[in-house]
Amino acid sequence: MSQQEEDFEVNLTGEEGQSEESKTRWFKRIKKGIQTSTAEKKEVPEGLWTKCPQCKYTCTMLELRENLFVCPQCNYHHRIESSEYFDILFDNKQYTLLFDNIVSKDFLGFTDLKPYHKRLEEVWKKTDLKDSIRFATGNVGGSGLVVGVMDFEFIGGSLGSVMGEKIARAVDYCLQHHLPLLIVSKSGGARMMESAFSLMQMAKTIGKLTQLADAKIPYISLMTDPTFGGVTASFAMMGDLNIAEPGALIGFAGPRVIKETIRKELPEGFQRSEFLLEHGFLDYIVDRKTLKERIAQSLMLFAH
Amino acid sequence: MATKDNRQFLEFEKPIKELYDQIAQLQHMAEKNPKVDYQASLQQLESQIQEKRKEITAHLTSWQRVQLSRHPERPYTSAYLKRMTTNFVELHGDRNVRDDKAMIGGFALLEGETVMFIGHQKGINTKMRQLRNFGMSNPEGYRKALRLMKLAEKFNKPVVTLIDTPGAYPGPEAEERGQGEAIARNIFEMMKLKVPVICVIIGEGASGGALGIGVGDRVFMMENTWYTVISPENCSSILWRSWDQKEKAAEELKLTSSDMSRFGLVDGIIPEPFGGAHWDYDQAAATLKTQLVQTIRELKRLTPEERIEQRISKFSQMGFYDELPA
Ligand SMILES: [Zn+2]
Repeated sequence: MSQQEEDFEVNLTGEEGQSEESKTRWFKRIKKGIQTSTAEKKEVPEGLWTKCPQCKYTCTMLELRENLFVCPQCNYHHRIESSEYFDILFDNKQYTLLFDNIVSKDFLGFTDLKPYHKRLEEVWKKTDLKDSIRFATGNVGGSGLVVGVMDFEFIGGSLGSVMGEKIARAVDYCLQHHLPLLIVSKSGGARMMESAFSLMQMAKTIGKLTQLADAKIPYISLMTDPTFGGVTASFAMMGDLNIAEPGALIGFAGPRVIKETIRKELPEGFQRSEFLLEHGFLDYIVDRKTLKERIAQSLMLFAH
Repeated sequence: MATKDNRQFLEFEKPIKELYDQIAQLQHMAEKNPKVDYQASLQQLESQIQEKRKEITAHLTSWQRVQLSRHPERPYTSAYLKRMTTNFVELHGDRNVRDDKAMIGGFALLEGETVMFIGHQKGINTKMRQLRNFGMSNPEGYRKALRLMKLAEKFNKPVVTLIDTPGAYPGPEAEERGQGEAIARNIFEMMKLKVPVICVIIGEGASGGALGIGVGDRVFMMENTWYTVISPENCSSILWRSWDQKEKAAEELKLTSSDMSRFGLVDGIIPEPFGGAHWDYDQAAATLKTQLVQTIRELKRLTPEERIEQRISKFSQMGFYDELPA
């Protein structure tokens, strides 16, 4: 990911680029390590040494991966992608992707520093992702679940028409198969290049969620670092359970915008999961290491 | 509405200002020379002003429409309520935190029928602008709006919302009290309101702050307003990394009433007086009132279930994407 692209995504959330290496780029680098072919791996046996951006603890890739990308020393939750969450959640890492053939389109011919369609082509080329959210279904602790997970690497996990449509179809799928829904959010907010169409996805997704609610099918919203803007102000906050990973930045306005508004520094821990829990907007905070277990437990309680 | 003496003019309204200056000069001369009849010349200038107003709104850029929507003399929610309704009783507070002055609401009679009106409210002078927080609501504003909508639903009264906000307030307390949750909750509840809901953008329709009272059976835009996901200024700052591209951003965002109506993202445009609503509050309010009365009548022909189903289905169809062969 280019520096410019990186700035753009950081900007989306109004997040400060505090660390010398941003979280997304960091993940990109370790991801490369994971995907290195076996032959290369021998040369660098579980090769890469990685350093925690929070406590500077150094460990091998293997150790970090076995720890589900959570720092063994300080519990820092690294940003991970949809495929990692699917592996963590689904029994035997088995799942079926849903609605994977829906892709973005530059309907408005939107051009900022580059045309939107160019931006899309570049991300498609650089990643194996088709858009900023992927859906899959499979078993979690023995019972069926539909799971959507955002990929921050795809234009900051932004909410556009594709994410809206996939969520709408996921709700229909849940209604049809009577399966609960889990959405793992990680997004800077709405996709500006789709202008008002992106804004309307907030209404579209929530409209569909009212149907899920009427059918009394549980919907769990898991917020991870970062979750902002139109995602927070729509389906992410409308879970039957709103839960979050520890230390995740979650809010409506980004910290940069708030700081510019009040011209003051923000208190330590502002807009972190623990802050949201304290102010009454989360049901509980869940460690990635117990995520699967906690989700299964909550679903069991809905079912019995 | 400003009197002729203290009118404020935007850059592209300057030709109108010049005509007003000429009128002032003539009037001054008329005072000095009571024997000369200036009436014909004055009338000619007045009709030139009418023509100019017409001409100006015929060729506006997107950015100029944005400027009109923010015109210092533009009518706000209470100006419309005063002209469209009688017996408006303002109802205050969210019953939880406090009364948000950036969002007002209450019952009023519209053509003899009780309607719940809710709207963002901007201030008309420096002091009031601060009191009204420039039309930027905190979560308690959205929660007050929701309380009033539920009250209307209980007594089976239609809901009309008037939208005019540069955005939901981005302050630390707003975050503490769950700005995101408040907006999301309103969208959810508005989808399911059993009574007719009509939303009208009367000025600025910025992002979630607008959508937080913007889910209805019909969504209209007044002619010289804008509605999209971000203000042109903030869009410029994020995507162009500079504050100087707001005109370009406004074009790219396609945020005007004609764009939004063409895309099917709003249900119609309500025409404004030539030159913009600020030239004639009475006429602007009369046009809006006619549209509201007619639309409420139409919506009442449907059952609550039909309205809710159509509302959800309307928003469900919004979006553009490609579907690859599976
Ligand atoms: Zn650490």
